[in-house]
Amino acid sequence: MTTEPLSFELSRPAVDPPRLPDADVPGPAPAGVLPSELLRSRPPGLPRLSEPEIMRHYSRLASLNYSISENFYPLGSCTMKYNPVLNEQAAALPGFAGLHPYQDEESVQGALELMWRLEQALCAVVGVDRVTLQPAAGAHGEWTALRMIAALHHSREEKRTEVLVPDSAHGTNPASAALSGFHVVEVKSGADGRISLADLESKLSPQTAALMLTNPNTLGLFEREILDIAEMVHATGALLYYDGANLNAFMGICRPGDMGFDAVHMNLHKTFTTPHGGGGPGAGPVGVKSDLVPFLPAPTVERTNGHLTLDYKHPQSIGRVRSFYGNFGMLVRAYAYILAMGGDGLSQASQDAVLSANYLRKLVETDLEMPHDGPCMHEFVASAHNLHEDGVRALDVAKALLDRHFYAPTVYFPLVVPEAIMVEPTETESKATLDSFATAIKEIVAQARADPQSLHDEPRNLPVGRLDEVTAARKINAYLQGQSEDPILRWKAPSETLPKDPC
Amino acid sequence: MADRRYTKTHEWVTVDGREATIGITDFAQSQLGDVVFLELPSAGRKLAARETFGVIESVKAASDLYSPVAGRISAVNDKLSSKPELINSDPFGEGWILKLELAGELPPDLLDEEGYKKVTEASAQ
Amino acid sequence: MAMLEAIGVESMNDLLVDIPQSLRLESLQLPNGLSELETMAQVSALAGRNRVYADRLTFRGGGMYRRFIPAAVAAVTSKPEFYTAYTPYQAEASQGTLQAIFEYQTLIAELTGMDVSNASLYDGATAVAEAAMMAHVQTGRSEVLVSGYLHPEYVQVLRAFGEGRGIKVRRGDQPGKKTAAVIFQQPDFLGLLVDAPALTRAAHDAGALAIACADPISLAILAAPGDYGADIAVGEGQQLGLSPSFGGPHVGFIACKRDLVRKLPGRLVGTAHDAHGRRGFVLALAAREQHIRREKATSNICTNHSLCALAAAVYLTYMGPYGLRQVAEVSFTRAHNLAARLASLPGWELAFPDRQFVNEFPVRVPKAPAVVRKLARKGILGGLDVSRWFRELKGVLTFTCTEVNDARALDELLAALG
Repeated sequence: MTTEPLSFELSRPAVDPPRLPDADVPGPAPAGVLPSELLRSRPPGLPRLSEPEIMRHYSRLASLNYSISENFYPLGSCTMKYNPVLNEQAAALPGFAGLHPYQDEESVQGALELMWRLEQALCAVVGVDRVTLQPAAGAHGEWTALRMIAALHHSREEKRTEVLVPDSAHGTNPASAALSGFHVVEVKSGADGRISLADLESKLSPQTAALMLTNPNTLGLFEREILDIAEMVHATGALLYYDGANLNAFMGICRPGDMGFDAVHMNLHKTFTTPHGGGGPGAGPVGVKSDLVPFLPAPTVERTNGHLTLDYKHPQSIGRVRSFYGNFGMLVRAYAYILAMGGDGLSQASQDAVLSANYLRKLVETDLEMPHDGPCMHEFVASAHNLHEDGVRALDVAKALLDRHFYAPTVYFPLVVPEAIMVEPTETESKATLDSFATAIKEIVAQARADPQSLHDEPRNLPVGRLDEVTAARKINAYLQGQSEDPILRWKAPSETLPKDPC
Repeated sequence: MADRRYTKTHEWVTVDGREATIGITDFAQSQLGDVVFLELPSAGRKLAARETFGVIESVKAASDLYSPVAGRISAVNDKLSSKPELINSDPFGEGWILKLELAGELPPDLLDEEGYKKVTEASAQ
Repeated sequence: MAMLEAIGVESMNDLLVDIPQSLRLESLQLPNGLSELETMAQVSALAGRNRVYADRLTFRGGGMYRRFIPAAVAAVTSKPEFYTAYTPYQAEASQGTLQAIFEYQTLIAELTGMDVSNASLYDGATAVAEAAMMAHVQTGRSEVLVSGYLHPEYVQVLRAFGEGRGIKVRRGDQPGKKTAAVIFQQPDFLGLLVDAPALTRAAHDAGALAIACADPISLAILAAPGDYGADIAVGEGQQLGLSPSFGGPHVGFIACKRDLVRKLPGRLVGTAHDAHGRRGFVLALAAREQHIRREKATSNICTNHSLCALAAAVYLTYMGPYGLRQVAEVSFTRAHNLAARLASLPGWELAFPDRQFVNEFPVRVPKAPAVVRKLARKGILGGLDVSRWFRELKGVLTFTCTEVNDARALDELLAALG
């Protein structure tokens, strides 16, 4: 495998533009009508390539990627499970892909019906009263939920300024809380990896607007005392928010709504198999209990006697969080998945995910440190701390896995475990795959003991080895501070990167 | 350097007359890793003790910087903008960050060498 | 069973002991699963209940447009190596995605005339809101000024974002001492051109930033935001190779001047080298982001719209500078042809006859709702009734014309109105 030049480097001025229609009607050209101040002075510096060159370029780039369609992707917290190809076919149906969002409601009854049915299904899975499908991603959903929580407190004329977030939480939790105008107060985990009730007690106050929690938590452990936690939080008048990143652990086994959560976000791109696309698009619907329903983003989809409408009349709504109605194409995929799986299939999926995680945990429990007792739910966090004295770190284990045709687990997260290695196998993987992954871990640990230095040179079999991010970051900062003309964050024609003033 | 004092947030301060010099400790730079950027204030700004005055970044971490003492910034280490690695190579010397014209007494909660050692041992656990 | 045995437990329930018994469900209140055949039949039935207008007979825009999409776009984005990969955390195994994003960043920077673009945002509306946040942080001021007809849904999203951060959204053209940014759309929601250079100067004179929300195709012919000195350029990238899909998913773009790059939200990809001197691509300046900076991050965005950005990159690479210009010019000429013909219909007139436009324009028509219904009966998706958002625009429809609306389609539209 080798690297691929940039499209800009492959560009040839001799390439003709693609054949496109002419106007075929009389009418002015831009230069004939518009003042020169509004006209572009030179064409944008886009590359010039023929179609075969473009297709080869992207095919070669594709070959430099690792994906779930190729093999195991044990990235903890990310729920990398197989994306059924049926979903893609469903979303591409002209009856969906060809719809303009401002068509008359009568002409989009099928689309609205799908959104309504998806909302009903998600309500059933997480145990809430209503769901908004508008948020475009998980973090967007978190923020949407917090805006609703803020609006509810505001409507009660309560001034609550703090949001509690466990130290093991995803980084999006505190970021979403801050973006929503709250102060973030951290709650500590106890030695058993679960939230410390004593610390929670001490942080709860009349200022508390909400506690953000994921359950199972990011260590893969179910918060056994969730009912007590909910009672404590509600007793102070605060709400309980559920980060749905870990929903794949218990579909059909239990529901956040029954645990006492008031607002729940879901990642359709994790639990409901819409593809991750190399970093999106996803979709982050939010489910709420009745108290929060008046504050849902508008419009909602309503159904009366089989007729569907978009309802904009929500005077207490937090407003709109995204243009149009959300990532509709992702909603189609998730709905197709739920139809195909059914209630029975979703329950089986979660049980299989828990089984896979516990099985894999067992296979490697003597090779890596297990900072917390099992059983785990759908994922587990190990630690490479036991390799520390050999000079081997979690990052080395990750890179060595890449060389063995696996993607790496999430490393260095959650922050509460040193040298964390977070593994989420999902229901997709067979026993044989899990066995071979465990074998790879055992080989790597043996190599760490025998020849630790060699691990620092991995990966060796990929298009590039470890990249020097420190030098790159320093060069970027030099550019940003005006000390260099090479931005690093984009390509520039060679002549443009030369210093303007050679002195 | 018996007269070097420390904070729990891993800054150090030395005082010469009414001038204080501030930096981050060797322990702090080793935890951060290779420093790639510092966001620093300009000279002239007044700082209260424990006030945030900047941010220090490595590739994988970022940390706020707190002033151990109160005073007016009299100098900022300009070399750090093009050579942030000085923080790693010489945190107590060439990697100094700010000089302050002291206002008032040193806060009583500054740690001595011994006290700071205990803090680093606790966070290493 | 072998797996349970290996774990050392007897049943699945032994793995679920931490869940309080009172929370355990018997089953989900959902029907049982279906075969692929039945699933597709149900989903297709829903799709069949929607009416799809032909591309060439779609004259409605309002922020979502019918454009020619080269076959190369779907051929690339449907490669499972791209669409089933995660965010490229492990650079060595993700060079395809990383390089594609790097190329996208460069393409957007070139198109907008800006120094640096990020890896993508959700949509045009959230891109406007994120840009306003940047201006708020950069200037320390707490008001943003919305000039003219910015897409009404973008304004709504901006207000919702602003409320959390204590940013006030005001309409007007006169920035003051509290103004963090002046936001304008070029062309605006009605399709009209605004005096972007003058708005930019006014913003700068007041110590505020200028945020240009630009139509990406129009940038083949219109001055780039970077050319007239805007600080941040944002926009909706749907027209760059993505079908309307009832409003999403598409891609929001954001690009800015050098001095604002550290305030940019979301992912950024840069170049780096390995020990053998080979060039590769990595996620860069990550210390701005939520997974490191947590509550102090520039934004909470994590998952963005990478695959849509890939589509945009393929589209722009396919078109090249002159193909893109051809697309923009054909749209321009046809729209002006259509505008003249519509304005000559009895009782019809251009709503803003003194204003210039590119390929979308407002027309004042008698009995607008009836006109739209009449066109729909003939299979034509006619102009957008903008009085839904703007009371002063009662009777105004905006029509859009692009390269997909061929000469005969224009004739059909006129015939249908005759």
